Amino acid sequence: MKLKLKIWRQENSKSKGKMVLYDIDNVSPDMSFLEMMDVLNEELMIKGIDPVAFDHDCREGICGSCSMFINGEAHGPDRYVTTCQLHMRKFKDGDTIYIEPFRAKTFPVIKDLVVDRTAFDRIQHSGGFISVNTSGNTQDANSIPIEKANADKAFDAATCIGCGACVATCKNSSAMLFVSAKVSQFALLPQGEVEATDRVINMVKQMDEEGFGNCTNTGACQVECPKGISLDNIARMNRELVKAQLKK
Amino acid sequence: MSIKLGSSIMRKVAMAISGLFLIIFLTQHFVINITSVFSEEIFNMFSHFMGNNFLVQFIAQPVLIVGVLFHFIMGFYLEWQNRSARSVQYVVYKGSANSSWISRNMIVSGAVVLSFLVLHFYDFWIPEMKYKYVDILPEDPNRYYEELVHKFKDPIKVSLYCISFLFLALHLLHGFASSFKSLGTASKYYSTISLITKVYAIGISLGFCFIAIFHLIGNFVTH
Amino acid sequence: MNRITYSLNYRKPKENYRADDELVICLRYFHKFGSNNKGKIIKKSTGIKCKLSDWDIDWHKNTERFPIKNSDKLFSKKNKLLKKKVKEFQFFISNLDSINTVSKPKLCSKVPLGPIADQWTSHKNNIRLVSPANKRLIDIIVVGTGLAGGSASATLAELGYNVKSFCFQDSPRRAHSIAAQGGINAAKNYQGDGDSTYRLFYDTVKGGDYRSRESNVYRLAEVSTNIIDQCVAQGVPFAREYGGLLDNRSFGGVLVSRTFYAKGQTGQQLLLGAYSAMNRQIARGKIKMYNRHEMLDIVKVDGKARGIITRNLINGKIERHSAHAVVIASGGYGNLFFLSTNAMGSNVSATWKIHKKGAYFANPCFTQIHPTCIPVSGDHQSKLTLMSESLRNDGRIWVPKTMADAKSIRDGEIKPTELLENQRDYYLERRYPAFGNLVPRDVASRAAKERCDAGYGVNKTGEAVYLDFEAAIIRYGTEKAHLKGLDENDDELVKKLGREVIKSKYGNLFQMYEKIVDQNPYNTPMMIYPAVHYTMGGIWVDYNLMTTIPGCFAIGEANFSDHGANRLGASALMQGLADGYFVLPYTIGDYLADDIRTGPIPTDLPEFDDAEESVINKITCLLENQGSKTVDHYHKILGKIIWNKCGMSRNEKELKEAIVEIQNLRKDFYKNVFVPGTNESFNEPLAKALRVADFLELGELFAKDALDRTESCGGHFREESQTPEGEAMRDDKNFTFVSAWEYKGNPSNAKLHKEQLSYENIELKTRSYK
Repeated sequence: MKLKLKIWRQENSKSKGKMVLYDIDNVSPDMSFLEMMDVLNEELMIKGIDPVAFDHDCREGICGSCSMFINGEAHGPDRYVTTCQLHMRKFKDGDTIYIEPFRAKTFPVIKDLVVDRTAFDRIQHSGGFISVNTSGNTQDANSIPIEKANADKAFDAATCIGCGACVATCKNSSAMLFVSAKVSQFALLPQGEVEATDRVINMVKQMDEEGFGNCTNTGACQVECPKGISLDNIARMNRELVKAQLKK
Repeated sequence: MSIKLGSSIMRKVAMAISGLFLIIFLTQHFVINITSVFSEEIFNMFSHFMGNNFLVQFIAQPVLIVGVLFHFIMGFYLEWQNRSARSVQYVVYKGSANSSWISRNMIVSGAVVLSFLVLHFYDFWIPEMKYKYVDILPEDPNRYYEELVHKFKDPIKVSLYCISFLFLALHLLHGFASSFKSLGTASKYYSTISLITKVYAIGISLGFCFIAIFHLIGNFVTH
Repeated sequence: MNRITYSLNYRKPKENYRADDELVICLRYFHKFGSNNKGKIIKKSTGIKCKLSDWDIDWHKNTERFPIKNSDKLFSKKNKLLKKKVKEFQFFISNLDSINTVSKPKLCSKVPLGPIADQWTSHKNNIRLVSPANKRLIDIIVVGTGLAGGSASATLAELGYNVKSFCFQDSPRRAHSIAAQGGINAAKNYQGDGDSTYRLFYDTVKGGDYRSRESNVYRLAEVSTNIIDQCVAQGVPFAREYGGLLDNRSFGGVLVSRTFYAKGQTGQQLLLGAYSAMNRQIARGKIKMYNRHEMLDIVKVDGKARGIITRNLINGKIERHSAHAVVIASGGYGNLFFLSTNAMGSNVSATWKIHKKGAYFANPCFTQIHPTCIPVSGDHQSKLTLMSESLRNDGRIWVPKTMADAKSIRDGEIKPTELLENQRDYYLERRYPAFGNLVPRDVASRAAKERCDAGYGVNKTGEAVYLDFEAAIIRYGTEKAHLKGLDENDDELVKKLGREVIKSKYGNLFQMYEKIVDQNPYNTPMMIYPAVHYTMGGIWVDYNLMTTIPGCFAIGEANFSDHGANRLGASALMQGLADGYFVLPYTIGDYLADDIRTGPIPTDLPEFDDAEESVINKITCLLENQGSKTVDHYHKILGKIIWNKCGMSRNEKELKEAIVEIQNLRKDFYKNVFVPGTNESFNEPLAKALRVADFLELGELFAKDALDRTESCGGHFREESQTPEGEAMRDDKNFTFVSAWEYKGNPSNAKLHKEQLSYENIELKTRSYK
């Protein structure tokens, strides 16, 4: 396949970026999107052009590093995949593909397609944990049975990979899906319930301080989320927060 | 407990509550107006009651005005916040792939409804207030129906009203269901809520259009 | 002997200092070795500072020979201290001379005495502790934030140490432990199927083909149960049964169900658990997190690990970080093969750097080739994707019985589903009736290679076998239909129900397969082939997990200790968390008890200068090289050499060739590599070049170790050492030891040290899964 790639190039966080056009031939439909980018970069380097910087690591859709906004959609046109698992067979010969970084004020560009997502880490620092020390004397794992339905829901929420597609795709750059997934996971487990009040208040507070937008229930995040995290979690977080505010 | 609007979620909840409040008002408004189609007397009776009851005039009406003001000021404020959360815009953004136009453009439908409100206030509310509180004219329990019919003489105005009702429908189509999500309703109720939303949003807008067109035609027939 | 001199440690040109600037005083000594006045200047910091104006340049002319003038208020006290330091230094030098002549003592594993079941408890009772008040005075560096590094950072911080954590990813949550799929073992015996600490210990040693250290493995089995308790308390959502209790599945190489899991994302859930524990400590200020930082060297002061040099991957800044101990948790080196299931960024640099500074590298050739991975599809391939071993619980592995059928399948003339039961060769069930499809990984991988080499491979490249779920789908479907009172003879219905069960068990893996291969594995069998997955070899550590550099520890996949020559499924997560949560936080105290009075380690010591300088030189050398070939070009060639000549089966001739080829490739790399851009920017090719440079050195040691070990054991299969049936044949008489390699300036000069392994609690037997 032959493709035209329009890629966002930006030297560093301070410089202004622009879209640059590159042509690429010999793309095999079996390649993953990032392998196509590897080929492009090899060609650019041989021509003496600075290769396109992008985040990637595990390339099996679980680490959450890769973060490209492809043809107007986070992680491209396929569903339930990250960029690294998007394959070129989803495109046609002669297509023009627009590749941009995940954009949000809270995700400043570091270079080209690499963005800084440490805002997510800071939200987690504010309460994304259960306060239990490693002592070796915690009670036996089976001492509190957990209803399977709740355990499964907690697991589904916990599969969030923190890639930021929800923020990137939301017209408001809202991080509600990400934060609610973590809040939900713990709220659904008896171990996490103890700190639920403080956790939801603190995490939402940090989310707001970072400067993410507000949720307007467009549902775009749920559609674009590579792990299919459900909007249910957002409703649950709303409930948890109202409950917490009433308690306080 | 105090009302805390400090967090984005509480603001969203407040948006939802004020929206639902406005929906209740809208329902009541519709119920009274639709009587004008069937019976002049009943319509006059309701209107007179609403216009002269102390509770309605001095408690409910101010609350409603505060509700409207809150809903649209907060709406604009949140929109401003949302827009500033992304400083550099995408070159290509394919919103249609993952969400409805309606949900992404609440500010547009909201703004249309707001400008309609201005027109509507100019048509009905301001003359009414002038009649009662500025000119202090005598009470006339039978004037309302005629005033109403009189306003729907102009086909241009009626079409403006109808267009606004269309946008109202769009606003409600997302807003109604969204309010429940903001209030934390569990997903098992979503399908019911979305059905009610569709019936309500389309029903009430068509109903209002019907009233306006009914009187427009009535005007033509009688003159 | 009085060749020791005082000097000031200038860190920039002398003229740039003002008179009231304070500088550290160093001791210098020219250490001669051999004849011809060859030697090396040894510098050592005293930690004592003085102002430039108080420094007596002509101190050697004084009668007292003191370098600090009396204009310094504390001059006499400082001078006295200096004298003391000189004495210590003299002692150090005298040792130095003897070290060079006398051979070093044998590797001491520090395994405690007594019955194996009591060793860990008695060790904990007897090692030294650091009081809570003193822990606050001690800094620890942890490199890597996977299961081992993340859990160690969190626990050390909980205990009160000041922890600095480093990862090259943009967040600790992205470390490659996250990709582990299948599960984590623990001897909980919740299923009541006869599991126990001893049985887990036994299975692990046997699975590792009797090349691991008994005491370490026993300890691992012992603390395994704590891990599950700890993780559940942290909110890790393990799979549960309808009664609300934890579920288990079985894994290769064992006869009990002891694996805890969270669908196919167990690694992710455990890592997020460790990450959340870290978050709590980051919020408390006890962990200082350095994202997008890569460790490029370790700094030794007085022979002890005292810090690291890092490069900030965003802006290229070379930074110095000091601490009282350095913990390396940087994972394995599977990316040596270029194509592996490791993450793109996984690398050997941290472990290789400590190896070059004195840590012995143990069993480098012990690599695990995982049997169930998605086969290579073409030259563009950048990495391989694992399909969890748990699939072998329900999948049956086969190839066509006849060569003709295999060919027709390869040519696309017939579909695998068209072959009848008797036209298929379920070779694992045929060769190993007792364990069938659940033989350990090394056995399963070699069997697949054997079939494909013999010409029975089923994809275009001829390097793939089938993993078939049809039998399981029908089995589960019939069960379900029976349960629901539906018609068990309705094929379509049974298959539909069966697929639902399979989906609930392996849904995400099936989806992943479909996205990558573009075939629906519910309808047609999966194609799989072995791929490099894990490295059992790593830095040699003693029972305390300390390397041969005092104060430098290695945990998780980075060390060698627990898996011998082959790792059993679901044991990597167990080892990472055991080391990080329950072992290192105790054993590190034994070393740090000496450091409670040391005080903060300054980063302006000459040792830091030297290390930083060599790092900068290396970077400059790569950037200024006027080559024409990209880094990936070299990495791919290296990978091919290693895979073809040091892969699933090895022989003397090819290993010798590999060594020469790697040496030549390394030379060519430094001559012809092209690294674009500058140091001061986000420059991935540069980061990669630094990593590949280390792989090019490790590769040689890897082949050398494989050449040296002429027996077959576990994942290491020497063609010269096999039974008539083609099974691996150990040579216990000559090779029951750990090969620990000492760096001697060059991988080919590496010196072998042997740690003899003794098995007192397990009888050394030929591994049989038949």
